[in-house]
Amino acid sequence: MAEPRMRSPLGRAIGLGSAKEGVEHWWAQRVTAIALVPLTLWFVVAVIALAGADRSLFVEWVRHPLPAVLLVLLLIATFYHGALGLQVVIEDYIENETLRFGLMIVMKLASIVLAALGIFAILKMSFAA
Amino acid sequence: MTTDKRPLSPHLQIYRWQLTSVMSILHRASGVALSLGAILLVWWLVAAAEGADSYASVQTFLGSWFGRVLLFGWSVALFYHLCNGLRHLVWDTGRGLELRSVYASGWAVVAATAVLTVIAWIAGISQWSQWHG
Repeated sequence: MAEPRMRSPLGRAIGLGSAKEGVEHWWAQRVTAIALVPLTLWFVVAVIALAGADRSLFVEWVRHPLPAVLLVLLLIATFYHGALGLQVVIEDYIENETLRFGLMIVMKLASIVLAALGIFAILKMSFAA
Repeated sequence: MTTDKRPLSPHLQIYRWQLTSVMSILHRASGVALSLGAILLVWWLVAAAEGADSYASVQTFLGSWFGRVLLFGWSVALFYHLCNGLRHLVWDTGRGLELRSVYASGWAVVAATAVLTVIAWIAGISQWSQWHG
């Protein structure tokens, strides 16, 4: 069965509006934003609680499932939300088509690489002996 | 394809600054700042995973005056973007779009940002002092 979409087939075909498409971007931005509210508040509280602690204490904290998983989710949501936001910024301010395209690719790929690095670091600490 | 750069009529120097427009651009600016801060966050996590030495160097950087300025700026950007983001989500439901409400919620966001920043830093510094007092 076909998955539900946010646009009607006719809407997609006609592509009205200057940007022609974008509702999925808009929705993903909102969903990640909603996820980031509790995740960010949790992170701020955790960072404050860990303020001044040495590395061993931090690693010990990351070993527990809840902090580790929440940190991973925070990274995913942050870089996804951030990439969506930066996409609009690049679209708005870069006139030169080549530069805009290049910057967009670099930004999106960098978001993935950074998220992957962060997630790997968290998992490494979590699973290390 | 743009060819000659045509003259642009002055706007930023002419149009009156308003809470609405200022908060809007600040929301974008804080978002960009947070994206840059996320890079620092990843660097911190990678350093922690790497070992005590790399972790120590990141902590030293964050403890320097420049590092602390960055951290403070990041926290302001975070709380502002969070509070103003919630304001945006409320608007998405169609509520609070009357001009009076927009200004009231705007000032509320500014106040909330200040309060949250102060609370977070007082809590953080006192917690930090317990280890390094």
